[in-house]
Amino acid sequence: MNLLGSPDVVVDLAEATATDTSGGRTWARLRRHRSVWVGVGVLIAYVAATLVLPLLLHYDPNRNNLADAFLGSSPAHPLGTDELGRDELLRLALAARFTLFVGFAAVAIGLAIGLPLGAASGYYGGWVDLLIQRFTDILLAFPGILLALALVAALGPGLKNVIVSVGIASIPAFIRLVRASALSIRELPYVEAARALGVPSVVIVLRHVIPNSLAPVIVQATLQLGFAILVAAGLGFLGLGVQPPTPEWGSMLGLSRNYIFSDQALVTYPGLAIFGAVLAFNLLGDGLRDALDPRMK
Amino acid sequence: MLTYLARRILLAVPTLLGVASIVFLLVRLLPGDPAAVIAGPQATDVDIERIRHQLDLDQPLWLQYVNFLTRLVQGNLGISTRSGHTVVEEIFTRAPYTIELALIATVVATALGIAMGLLASTRPNSKLDLGISGLAVFGISMPVYWLGLMLIILFSIKFHEWNLGGLPAAGAGDWAGFILPSTTLALFSVGLVARMTRSAMLEVLGQDYVRTARAKGANRRSVLIKHALRNALVPVITAVSLQFGALLGGAVLTETVFSWPGVGRLLVDSIFARDYPVVQGVVLIFAFAFILVNLITDLAYAYVDPRIRY
Repeated sequence: MNLLGSPDVVVDLAEATATDTSGGRTWARLRRHRSVWVGVGVLIAYVAATLVLPLLLHYDPNRNNLADAFLGSSPAHPLGTDELGRDELLRLALAARFTLFVGFAAVAIGLAIGLPLGAASGYYGGWVDLLIQRFTDILLAFPGILLALALVAALGPGLKNVIVSVGIASIPAFIRLVRASALSIRELPYVEAARALGVPSVVIVLRHVIPNSLAPVIVQATLQLGFAILVAAGLGFLGLGVQPPTPEWGSMLGLSRNYIFSDQALVTYPGLAIFGAVLAFNLLGDGLRDALDPRMK
Repeated sequence: MLTYLARRILLAVPTLLGVASIVFLLVRLLPGDPAAVIAGPQATDVDIERIRHQLDLDQPLWLQYVNFLTRLVQGNLGISTRSGHTVVEEIFTRAPYTIELALIATVVATALGIAMGLLASTRPNSKLDLGISGLAVFGISMPVYWLGLMLIILFSIKFHEWNLGGLPAAGAGDWAGFILPSTTLALFSVGLVARMTRSAMLEVLGQDYVRTARAKGANRRSVLIKHALRNALVPVITAVSLQFGALLGGAVLTETVFSWPGVGRLLVDSIFARDYPVVQGVVLIFAFAFILVNLITDLAYAYVDPRIRY
């Protein structure tokens, strides 16, 4: 699952740094990229659904009404109702908020820790690099969902712990990526000039190294959003994520499993929602990568 | 080669130690009194004390750590608080199921992925190529747990309704029981292996020696397979081994979907049963297995491509 954390992909992305990121041409390439617009379109649809649908569907998303359980789709309930008689479409739409929030918050944690560590690792080299790289190796040794799963097992389920766990699992990909960028940036003339002028190294890292690594970081962050959503929903599916009755796609899917023989629609929708969101971020990330670095095509 | 081997193995030691330390700290992260959390809400004080003693939690932290590492080196992962069996025993009775599943999925994904990548590389930018490349994005975006459920709905429930037989949806009875879980796991990686094979092939096909082979009249098939594919395999090996790691992670979810009696499901069950010695043991084993696979990959790399020296 954590392909995005693989060093090869990360180094390739890093090589894209500052190669022809001049706004005009990048935008032109981005505009031609059809898959980017599919991704953007899907994401806009999700945001619109999560904002508008709760205004149109006048139901209480958490109120049980067993008399209406397992209804098929009808004008009153476009996607039917779930095992407790709650409107499925409304819950799916509300769940988008939690899922997107978890994704963005987790990636923010990954960035906040990964970015400075990666920049320091690449810029300073020596024992700082050695230490940070061993730390990265350790985090990368837990395949896929395992690190987040182990952390949630210790911290306990719930929204906050899921964000922290998925966030920590996102750190190594950013460290590797920014380190590779920093390695090449520190050799550039303007950094040398800044050093010669006596600019403190912390300022060089903050003002030159990090801002100039941002192009591949944006690409990675987009792809990492997909990963974060996939893992967070996976935890929800296992019953270790956001807890019911809060609507969340993963836990909705996990609960609907019990009714797989009687109501297959309930199993289909939440998974389709997760798939759509992750696919949208991956298409967007792939397109951004192509636009920021045409050599990688 | 031997120095490289030794260096590479030595480099893995701090990683192993780091992983073990994180796993050690996990139980200490439990909010409140870990012994009380593990014992559960109905436990008496005596139970809590017994667990505290059993897990070493009545010792100072540094001594707990030293004891943990000492036992680990001796291959002792502790005793399951749920079953009373040793954790090693618990894991080893279930490991064959997970290994079989992961191996079958890897073989299927590799064979299909390489074939598809090869096909795509012979007709770059054709519809077939675009389709195969698109499959890769679909694969990494697909929640395995949902894919598994969709396959169950189609091949177990619907096929049964349509009187077409239907495949088993749960448990590891006979060979038929393997089909759905291993397909689920494999589909996740096929696209990636295909994409990696395609780009490696395209790079190799542009090389001079391929042109030379064609010029001297070697037939198309032998150029593709003998000259190009063999040289394109290095990055493909990496992709496959990274995927193996992903499969181990994916196994946790797939095994839950298919009620598969493997190590992944043991992990999930143990988390819910607060059986932390087993949780620690399984996480350790998964991480160690992944480190080992990466180590073997690096060595295979050096073996396949003699230019690679570190």
